[in-house]
Amino acid sequence: MCFCARANLDQALILKLAAQDSDEQIEAIHLLGSSGLGEALQVLKALSEGGLSVVPEQVFFFRGTQAIDAATGQVLPQAPENADTVIINNRVRAELEETLAGLKLLDADPEIRRRAALSLLNSPAAQQLPLIQKALARETDSGIRHLLEQTAAILNIQSPDVTVRLKAVQLLGQSNRANTRNVLQSILAAQTEPDENVRKAIQTALKSINNRLTLTEFLASMFTGISLGSILMLTALGLAITYGVMGVINMAHGEFLMVGAYATYAMQGWFRSHASLDQDAYLLAAIPAAFLAAALVGMALERTVVRWLYGRPLETLLATWGLSLALIQSARLLFGAQNVELANPSWMSGTLLLPWGLELPWNRMVIIGFSVLVLMLVWLMMNQTRMGLYVRAVTQNRPMAGCMGIHTGRIDTLAFGLGAGIAGLGGVALSQVTNVGPDMGQSYIVDSFMVVVLGGVGQLAGAVWAALGLGIATKFLEGWVGAVIAKIVVLVFIIVFIQRRPQGLFALKGRSVDLGG
Amino acid sequence: MFSLTSGFFRGQIGLGKLVAAGLVLLLLVLFPLLHLATGPASLWHVSDYLITLLGKIMCYAIVAVAMDLIWGYAGILSLGHGLYFALGGYAFGMYLMRAIGPEGVYQSDLPDFMVFLDWKRLPWYWTGTDHLLWSGILVIGVPALLAGIFGYFAFRSRIKGVYFSIITQAMTYAFMLLFFRNETGFGGNNGFTDFKRILGYSITSPEMRIGLYVLSGLVLLLSLLLCRFLVASKFGKVLTAIRDAESRAMFLGYNPLWYKLTAWILSAVLCAIAGALYVPQVGIINPGEMSPANSIEIAIWVAVGGRGTLWGPVLGAFIVNLAKSYCTVAFPEYWLFILGFLFVAVTLFIPEGIPGLAKRLTLVSWRKR
Amino acid sequence: MWSHFSKSAPGTTSGGEAPYAHVLQPRQVDVSHGVILYLEEVAVSFDGFKALRGLSLSIDDGELRCIIGPNGAGKTTMMDCITGKTRPDSGSIFFGQGMDLTRMNEPEIASAGIGRKFQKPTVFEHHTVFDNLELARKQDKRVRRSLTSHQASEARDQVCETMKRIGLAGHADLAAGTLSHGQKQWLEIGMLLMQGPRLLLLDEPVAGMTDDETERTAELFLSLAGEHSLIVVEHDMAFVARIARTVTVLHEGCVLAEGSLDVVQNDQRVVEVYLGR
Ligand SMILES: Nc1ncnc2c1ncn2[C@@H]1O[C@H](COP(=O)(O)OP(=O)(O)OP(=O)(O)O)[C@@H](O)[C@H]1O
Ligand SMILES: [Mg+2]
Repeated sequence: MCFCARANLDQALILKLAAQDSDEQIEAIHLLGSSGLGEALQVLKALSEGGLSVVPEQVFFFRGTQAIDAATGQVLPQAPENADTVIINNRVRAELEETLAGLKLLDADPEIRRRAALSLLNSPAAQQLPLIQKALARETDSGIRHLLEQTAAILNIQSPDVTVRLKAVQLLGQSNRANTRNVLQSILAAQTEPDENVRKAIQTALKSINNRLTLTEFLASMFTGISLGSILMLTALGLAITYGVMGVINMAHGEFLMVGAYATYAMQGWFRSHASLDQDAYLLAAIPAAFLAAALVGMALERTVVRWLYGRPLETLLATWGLSLALIQSARLLFGAQNVELANPSWMSGTLLLPWGLELPWNRMVIIGFSVLVLMLVWLMMNQTRMGLYVRAVTQNRPMAGCMGIHTGRIDTLAFGLGAGIAGLGGVALSQVTNVGPDMGQSYIVDSFMVVVLGGVGQLAGAVWAALGLGIATKFLEGWVGAVIAKIVVLVFIIVFIQRRPQGLFALKGRSVDLGG
Repeated sequence: MFSLTSGFFRGQIGLGKLVAAGLVLLLLVLFPLLHLATGPASLWHVSDYLITLLGKIMCYAIVAVAMDLIWGYAGILSLGHGLYFALGGYAFGMYLMRAIGPEGVYQSDLPDFMVFLDWKRLPWYWTGTDHLLWSGILVIGVPALLAGIFGYFAFRSRIKGVYFSIITQAMTYAFMLLFFRNETGFGGNNGFTDFKRILGYSITSPEMRIGLYVLSGLVLLLSLLLCRFLVASKFGKVLTAIRDAESRAMFLGYNPLWYKLTAWILSAVLCAIAGALYVPQVGIINPGEMSPANSIEIAIWVAVGGRGTLWGPVLGAFIVNLAKSYCTVAFPEYWLFILGFLFVAVTLFIPEGIPGLAKRLTLVSWRKR
Repeated sequence: MWSHFSKSAPGTTSGGEAPYAHVLQPRQVDVSHGVILYLEEVAVSFDGFKALRGLSLSIDDGELRCIIGPNGAGKTTMMDCITGKTRPDSGSIFFGQGMDLTRMNEPEIASAGIGRKFQKPTVFEHHTVFDNLELARKQDKRVRRSLTSHQASEARDQVCETMKRIGLAGHADLAAGTLSHGQKQWLEIGMLLMQGPRLLLLDEPVAGMTDDETERTAELFLSLAGEHSLIVVEHDMAFVARIARTVTVLHEGCVLAEGSLDVVQNDQRVVEVYLGR
């Protein structure tokens, strides 16, 4: 803590920290905290870690083996005997943590300051006001300044001084956070504001916030919807290929996601054990690894099981379900039943701040970009390569394709591998946003089936649109009615939709429709 | 000349009837008597554990019969029959919860979980559930209504095959999510448990246990006979006709919608009754029963036992579930492998289930002679 | 004759109990003008492809009409429209004077007295020959009745008679799936007969039959005409020549020519269509 000259803390205050009465303790904590001094921070930290000891008339803590007087900061020649540890109850602890968090506003690292300012803005506390003022006085980063000003304004709105209140309201009017809006609304609702002008100002402020917020919220929902949709798309794309080519509903498809995710995990482990490698690059290396791992598993399953069940869709469904059970259990035995954790590479962590207060997490942006890339590759592959031509030929008319000399069996295996591989890529993406566990695939399988059903069986374009539509619809609904109801509403919608258009959004053309089902 | 069953077939039924009657006697008369009459020390004692296990499996067997009716005879694979089973269980569970009275942990008239959620009154749909009769009506009515509405729309728009299967799966999944919520009013995650009594009799007494056990067995028997009658009747013939060539049946003037719907609702109701019998025996019902995995397992009982035979699925339910309760204790890590392998092996190698296997084996030994 | 305005009220298309009203109070098709089937300006398109474009046709009561035309002319699609499998985009189809077939579904149309044989023989493969015919027999086909029905002896006699007629007398207990292709064709025709329809639609009935069987089929059809009306779609011109009175040529979804076989065979446009453009 280098930003202030050595200063002595008030001995009386320090002693109060060790008082029996928790109110007194809290008062001392607040006072120490608002001083903003480095020494105060040290003492409070020691208190929070249970390292503050007290003998009559002296409070001290240890730094390494040295005992240090809390008030003076001097190293004591020897630690006093028979010291008691200062004990705090839960209420005091909560206040202490809050104060400690506030003190981070004065940290040297701008990132820490920014985070502290953000958390303060989300739960501002009146006693932090002096600290905020202090921090504002020396803050140079404009982004952090803005956050601090907003926090101060939220607190100032309770000020007895009309001009201060008015200024605060005007400042808040520039905000674009839902929180701020709630604060202003609650003041209006409680009818505690005595001054006519301030009330008017609040209304104008609310209006301008609302204008900006609707757009922001809309964009934010859109964004999370697209990012969910892009993962669904990666899952459903593979499913659409396998269903399209072989008319096979593969219940083990979700497990390819899981295989891809664990491949990513394994890659991370390998990079960690080779310290010379750039750790952030593990994710890039994981992409081919996950694709290959999932594709190999997929092809193996196709060769050994799925192949023998063509033309018996219901049996295939059951057999692949059995395979998925076995895959899940294998993952449990290999990697443990617990979820494993994957670290975002540094270039994927953090958020991109856009105007209007839009905050886009980098990992989700990367995932969207990645999905688009995969989609383009798949599209190119299906439309521009020989393999794609064969796959499409087999999709449309298997016997005829066979007569033309296409090895339909080999195409089946390859297409199945391709579908599985794409799901594996989905697993890479998923590992960056959720937990990786043995049964992670299960929670996506119902959704991705719905995508396929909605999009029209075997239709790549259908799968893409349906995935995006479902993702976005889910996220918007979540905003209104909560996650569970949103999911139910979407499922019910699909069930109703299928009634109207059994062939899905994009019907397969030709007579094969009749044979479906 | 027009005898519908050839002599060979009739002969088989004679033997089959004998075996079946023996099994019924063993399960429904001998076991209960042994359980009640002998002490735990006796060599002949049938333990609590075994009675509960068999009672549970008989409930599953009812579900298997119901599934066979719809899958084996109408060709409709439902991956959501666990939903109807669970709904029946919940409907009866409501009565069981009310019957606890003020003896719960919070000693309130409301079920414990409602007190915990700080609810002051019963939600409207709990009205009357303190009467056994009304909850019995719910056990049958609610699943029948749901199956009716869903089936009507699904069959009307001619949703078939895997499509239908997937939608039934989505349906049970949606209900599971719904029941996981505390606000839904069915105990959320934990569901219903800690039951005390039925009609004033303690639920843990041996008499009650045996009563429920025998009742399950009788219901199983009745379901078998009912389904047997159905599939042998004209109705059953039309049902299989629709399964094999729907458009032909339609152009003959049969409307598949009503035939399928009748079988579907009946199947759902049988499941629900099984669920209602199951809950007091195992003492708990929670949304996990609605998980898609549970429903798919039903299909494997039927597949193992052989589709379209009715008695086969009963056998399948017994074999798979006995194996399950043994394996999950003896080597828990490998049970899922075994189950998975079963799914693959049955579909791949013995699509007709055990009867098919038996037939093939006898053929082989015949040839060797 | 019954009044036809009471039945098939518009809107009672799918489901409902209404379709079976005729079973309880038999409703006859009104052929007072001597015509049993009208098609007027029927048009159907699949994703933009026009399979039928303004097809108009009328069949007299008791007539045997042959319909020919190159592959893809729309013959099967026409039958789909008549039997309710495909809904026309526009145009009207009337059975007799008052029964609007475009408002009825398949079972309703079948019960009203139209029987159909598919291009690919479709029988209930897991049922015996006897059961196949029994299921087809004209009777109340509602679920309720199916649960309580007993086999009357007259029904049995009727089935026996039909089996003799279609040459399957010895095969009553054989599963239909084990029959040969030709036998399945016959069985399907037998099922149509059991249905007792006023109008029979037969899509390529003699495909896969031996010459001998073909000849017997021709005789059967000729004996049916008069009592029933028949529409026969066939590519086998020898067969058509054997049974045809009036022949209609379809091409690209509409009628190209109509008349006796000689007339249409000498029609310049028909020759062009068959010999290629
Ligand atoms: N369900 C459908 N979807 C798309 N196109 C269809 C469908 N049914 C028929 N068609 C098209 O409509 C046209 C007419 O078909 P239709 O089966 O009626 O011909 P057809 O005269 O019966 O021929 P064939 O003599 O070969 O049986 C064909 O080009 C066919 O491809
Ligand atoms: Mg045709």
